[in-house]
Amino acid sequence: MVQGYMYPNEIELAWSILIVLYPFITGLVAGAFILASLERVFRVEAVKPTYRLALLTALAFLLVAPMPLQLHLGHPERSFEMYLTPHRTSAMAMFGFVYLWYLLAVLLLEIWLDYRRDIVLLSQQTTGWRRLIYRVLTLGSSNISENALYIDERAGYIITVIGIPSAFLLHGYVGFIFGSVKANPWWSSPMMPVVFLFSAMVSGIAVVLLLYMFSSWYRKQTVDMRCVDTIARYMFYTFIIDFSLEMLDLVHRIYEADESFRSLDFMVHTKLYFSQIVLQIYIGTLTPLALLALTQLFKIGEKARKRIYSVAGSLTLIGIFAMRWNVVIGGQLFSKSFLGYTTYKIGFVAKEGLLPAIALMLLPLAILWVLVKLLPPWPDRKPLAREDRVLVHGD
Amino acid sequence: MNLTRRQLLLLLPAAAVAWESVLAGTPEASPNYKMTEHWWGMLIDISKCIGCGNCVRACATENDVPEGYFRTWVERYDVSDDDLVNPAVDSPDGGKEGFPLIQRGGKNFFVPKMCNHCADSPCTQVCPVGATFITPDGVVLVDKKYCLGCRYCIQACPYGCRFLNPKTNTAEKCTLCYHRITKGLTTACCENCPTGARQLADLKNPKDPIHAFLRTHDVQVLKPYLATGAKVFYNDLDGSVR
Repeated sequence: MVQGYMYPNEIELAWSILIVLYPFITGLVAGAFILASLERVFRVEAVKPTYRLALLTALAFLLVAPMPLQLHLGHPERSFEMYLTPHRTSAMAMFGFVYLWYLLAVLLLEIWLDYRRDIVLLSQQTTGWRRLIYRVLTLGSSNISENALYIDERAGYIITVIGIPSAFLLHGYVGFIFGSVKANPWWSSPMMPVVFLFSAMVSGIAVVLLLYMFSSWYRKQTVDMRCVDTIARYMFYTFIIDFSLEMLDLVHRIYEADESFRSLDFMVHTKLYFSQIVLQIYIGTLTPLALLALTQLFKIGEKARKRIYSVAGSLTLIGIFAMRWNVVIGGQLFSKSFLGYTTYKIGFVAKEGLLPAIALMLLPLAILWVLVKLLPPWPDRKPLAREDRVLVHGD
Repeated sequence: MNLTRRQLLLLLPAAAVAWESVLAGTPEASPNYKMTEHWWGMLIDISKCIGCGNCVRACATENDVPEGYFRTWVERYDVSDDDLVNPAVDSPDGGKEGFPLIQRGGKNFFVPKMCNHCADSPCTQVCPVGATFITPDGVVLVDKKYCLGCRYCIQACPYGCRFLNPKTNTAEKCTLCYHRITKGLTTACCENCPTGARQLADLKNPKDPIHAFLRTHDVQVLKPYLATGAKVFYNDLDGSVR
C-alpha cells in the first residue's frame, strides 16, 4: 500500500471521492449559469433554447453541491457553526456564505423572476395540489401586467449581471480552497482558481449541451442546430483556454523542477497515469477537442454533428471529473516529505464509498426532472394564453 | 423508593453517563498558572536520540492515542553519500517499539517528530470554525467539542502531525501535554526520554536553559521556507530531513 516513506498519519487519505464530487458539481453549476448568462447579458440569441434549462440545471446541481461535504464531515450536526461562528481566515468558512449568496440572491431569484409570469398563469389554470404548489411559488404576487413584467425583466438582467461575477466567485473560490494550501505543492498555485473556473465553464456547457440534446430526443422534438452549434463552439473555445492554462501549469512545473517535482513526476507516471494521462488528457481533453475542431473545420452533416457533440460532451465530462480526481486524490497520494506514496482504497457501500457517490451524482438529475415537470423550460411550447378569468392587476 | 421496570430502564443510561464522569475524575485546577507568562516550544537534540521509542509509547499512554495514529513518532534516516537529498527513511509503527537492526552503508540518525506548535500555523488559519486555535502561551490545540471533522487542517499541516481520531471523529494532534505543563510538569515524551533528547522549553522564561542552548548550537526548525513560525527546535538537524 505504501511505497517509500510516508509520515505515519498520511497513509490514510483525509479527503475521499466525496470531496472529488464537490468541485465537480460546483463546477457544473457555475458553468451552466455562465452559459445561461450568454443569452441574458451578452444577447447570444442562438443559445436561447437552453436558457431556462441551463438555469434549472444550475439549481439542481447547486442544491446537491453541499451534500457530499456534509456527508464527509466527522460531525455533520455541527456544520451550521460555519454560519454562526465562521473563522474569517479560513477559505472554507466562506463557502457557506458564497453558497447561500449564490443560491438565494442569484439563482433562485433569477429563476423566479424569469418564471413568474408562467407561475401566475399556471396557478390559475391548474387544479388540485399542482395549483397549491404554483400558488405558493407566486409568493403572493400575481401581478403580470406589462409594467410588472418589464420590471421583472430589468431585475432579472441586473441579477444576471451580478450573477456572472458570483458564479466566477463560487468556483474560483473552490479552486482557492486547494490553491492556498502551501503545505501541498500539487495544490499550491495561484493558477488553481483560474484553472478551476475555466474547467467549470467547460463542464457546465457540456452538461447543458447533453441535457438539451437528450431532452429533445426524449420529447421527440427537433434539436435546434443553430443553438447546439453555438454552444459547441463556445465549449471548444473555453476548452482551448482551459487546456492551455493546464498545460502552462504543467510546463512550468516540469521546467522549474523544484523539490517536489521528483515526487509528482513519479506519480504522474505511475499512480496517476491512467486517471491523468489517459483519462484526463487523451480521452477527456484531446479527443473532444479534436472532435470539436472537426466540426469547426469541415462541413459535417447534421446527424453526424449531433453524434460528435454527444460524444465530445460526454468525454469532456469524464475528462473534467478525472481532473477533479487528480487534484483531490492525486494531491494526497504522495508524502509531504516527498519520500513516498500511498494508495487510495475506495469502499463501495460505505459512508464515503462509491455507492453514495453515485447516488449523489444521480440526485441532481432527479431534482432536475422534478424541476422540469414543475417549471417546463421548453422554448417550443406555446406561451401560456392569458385566459379571461385571469385577474390582471394594473391593467 | 419504588421503581418500575420502565423507570429503571430509563435511568440506566443516565446512570452510566454519570458513572463515566465520576471515573474520569475532576480535572486538577492550576490556579497559579498565568498563560501570558509563557511561550512554549520544544528542543529536540538529534545527536542524543537513540530511537528507543519511549516517547512514542509514553505519548500514546498519556493521551490515549488510537492505534495506528501518532501525536509523536520517530523516523530513522539513512543518508547515502551518493544522494544527500533523498534519504531512505523508515518508522515502523511510528518507532513505538524501537527499530529493527538493519545494515545500511549511509549516515544514520533518528529524528523525533511532533506538532511544531507553529506561531503562524497553517492549520489554525484554515479551520472553518476556529476549533483549532493557538493559546496565549503558544500551544496549538483542538477543541474537540467544536471541531466539524472536515480535515482541512490535516491537509494544511506541512509536517503530517494531524489525524482524524476515529473514535471522536475530530481532528487530533499533540497538545504539548497542556494538561501537564500548566501544572508545572513536563510533557510525557520529555519525562520518558532516557537521554534527554527532548526538552520542553519556555521561551518567555529568561531562566530557561533553552536561551543559552539556542545561542551556542546549530539549531534549525523543519521546513523553515514555509514560514510557519515552528517552535520545535532541532539541534544537529541534517539537511536531508524533511
